Parts: sequence; C-alpha cells; structure tokens
Amino acid sequence: MASDPYETLGVKKDATAAQLRSAYLKLAKKHHPDLNPGDKAAEERFKSISAAHELLSDTEKRARFDRGEIDASGQERAPERKFYRGYAEGAQGARYRGAGPGGADTAAFQDIFSDLFRNAQTGGAQQRDQRMRGADQHYQLSVSFIEAALGASRRLNLPDGRTLDVAIPPGLEDGQTLRLRGQGASGWNSGPAGDALIEVDIIPHAFFRREGDDIHLDLPVTAAEAALGGKIAVPTPAGPVNMSIPRHSDTGKQLRLRGRGIQAHGGRPAGDLYVTLQVVIGTPDQALEEALKAFYQRHPIDPRQHMVEAA
Amino acid sequence: MITFRSVCERVPGLTEADLRRWLDQDWVRPERHGGEPAFREIDVARVRLIHELHLEFEVEEPTVPLVLSLLDQLYATRRQLRLVLDSLDPPARETLAGTLAPIIAVESEG
Repeated sequence: MASDPYETLGVKKDATAAQLRSAYLKLAKKHHPDLNPGDKAAEERFKSISAAHELLSDTEKRARFDRGEIDASGQERAPERKFYRGYAEGAQGARYRGAGPGGADTAAFQDIFSDLFRNAQTGGAQQRDQRMRGADQHYQLSVSFIEAALGASRRLNLPDGRTLDVAIPPGLEDGQTLRLRGQGASGWNSGPAGDALIEVDIIPHAFFRREGDDIHLDLPVTAAEAALGGKIAVPTPAGPVNMSIPRHSDTGKQLRLRGRGIQAHGGRPAGDLYVTLQVVIGTPDQALEEALKAFYQRHPIDPRQHMVEAA
Repeated sequence: MITFRSVCERVPGLTEADLRRWLDQDWVRPERHGGEPAFREIDVARVRLIHELHLEFEVEEPTVPLVLSLLDQLYATRRQLRLVLDSLDPPARETLAGTLAPIIAVESEG
C-alpha cells in the first residue's frame, strides 16, 4: 500500500476516529472479497483498505505518519490470508450449498436447466415436441475391502431425499464406476431419465491384499506351529477357515486356500487366498534358549549364505 | 483436520462460545469424526468470514443467516456455472463466450 491511506479511505486529514471507522466499514463491506466472488481485484482493494485502516486507527501510528516519520508502505502487511471464496467454488464448497443440510446442488442445477429449456421451448415451434433425456448424476461411495471381495448391497441416501440400493458386485475394482440406468435426473417432456453413476472407492484392508482375483495374507504363526505343523484358524474375507500347516514349515512358506479369494463373478471362478507364514518366536525362557543353542550346535546353518554368494 | 481449539486460536478474537453457537446453528458445518468436529480450511475461512461480518461489519447475529444464505446461493450458482463450463471442450467454450459476450455487455450496461 504505497498510496495515501487517507485517500484510500476517502477521508480528510482531520477526520475523527469515528469518521475513519465509518469510512473504513463502508468500503470494507463493499470490497470484501468473499462478498465479491466474481471480482478478482476486490482482494487487493480490500487489503489496501484494511492496511490503511490499521495505520490510521492506531493514534500513535497515525501521528507518526502525519509527521512524515513513517510512510504508508512501511506498514506491516497483514499476513496472507485465504478468503472463503477461494474454497467455496471448489467441490468441497458443496457442503455449504444454499438449501442447508439435505439440500442439493443438483436440484438447483435442474431448476436452472428446466428454466432454460422451457424458454427454449416457447421460443421455437420446432422444439416444442423435443424430448430430452435427464442428466446423469454422479455420486461417490466408499466400501470396505470385504464388501468389494464378496459383493454387498449398500443403500445410498441421495441429496434429493431418494434412496438408492446399490449392488456392489464381487470383484469390484477400486475407482470403478457403477451405472444405475434411469436413476439419474428425470427427463424433460417425457424424455427418459438419466443414469446414476457411482464411483466406488475401496478402503484398503489392514491385512488382506488383493492381486487380481487372488488375495494375499501374511500370517503370523508360532515357531512350534511352523516346525511341528498342525491345524490353525486362518482369517478369510468370508470368515475363519481351518488350514493345516505342514510339519517343518518356515517363514515365507506360502500355502493356498482354494476359492477363498475374490468371490466368483462375471463367469470368472473365485480367486484363491495365498497365506504366507511368518514365524513369531515370542520371548524365550531359559529352557528354550538352551534348547536352541544345543540345536544349532548340532545343525549349524547360515540362512544368509545365498546373500553372501550373490553379493 | 483442524480441531475446535485450533480454529479458535487461528481466528483472533473468536471465543469458544461463539464458535459453539455457530456450530449449533449450523452456520458452520464441519465433518464429524467420532462425534467431534473436524474442520478443514474451508470451514476456518467460513468462520473467519462470519466473525468479520458479525464483529467488524456489525451484522447482528439474527441477520447473519440471511447473509450466509444469500452467499451460499451465490456460490452454489457459481459452482454450477463452473461445472457447465468445465463440461464443454475448449472450442465449444470459445463459441459460447463469443455468443454470450454481447449479451452480457448489454445486460451489465442496463
């Protein structure tokens, strides 16, 4: 703000504090960027007005300015501030749409368009019988990993008060869009309704990973379960399943549970669940320590041998 | 995510009682995580705007919803227009701009 703050606020040099404040308020209200979303220059004007007011509303600074000790540009600038209008026009601004919670951008959207089309129709005779398909409406839905693996049914509450039952097909991919025919906006002049397009995100699972139609799982087992073998319960998307661990298994051993991956869909058979064992020792007591020492003395092995050779 | 407390800290002069009242009146509608409000930058900017309208511009609290409602409608319309423009490919956008320019010029003169 290099210009004269008195000029910026449009007041005389001898204006009283009350006159200053009232001039400032009048200009600030008029030029506030959030109240002038279409005016790019409003933000600069508002900043000059605020800076001028900050300087002149401080009696001491004002006196120093009047004596020529400081100039207007020597003022500290107000910290950069993000105005509401910078967000309100983005997608998240839809949270504050006019109708309050439960209202819908899309509803207002249709109002605008049906008005436009109505005008177009009265305008031209050849358009009178024109039927228009309703607009497609876009929605977003997040489903769990399990829902996507097995398939599920979800009920969507639409902003216009309708509910929509969405069948999540098994094997759905992250980011896939489901199209529900005829569930979009109604058509114009008995034209067909548009479609509802639902983009589905899959929330990643804490321990299941998907690869194609198969699912992978790192499964912790005790040293005894690995070495001696036995039956253990393995979590699968459809619930726990008993699995036999062969005797003398080790970390990294991969076992397959056939058909326990992504559910069969679209003519494709169900995928498999691949279980990779991870041996967990826990805290050994003295007896185990001694047993381990004795064991490796009898059977010295170097599990890093192949790395040394490769390096 | 920004907590209730840090919103109050980030907007000078805002009291917790003010913010609580505005939340109760739905003027500010942050997301909720486990029942707790989780603010985003847009919510903080909105709080700052309401604070300014009320404290600085002396808009009385009963009048604030009127102002907010008009602003929300204005921003909704601007978002919708933006969606319309975004849905056009660049040549179509240019054609539209060419068609609209004289109309808008006449309209803003009036």
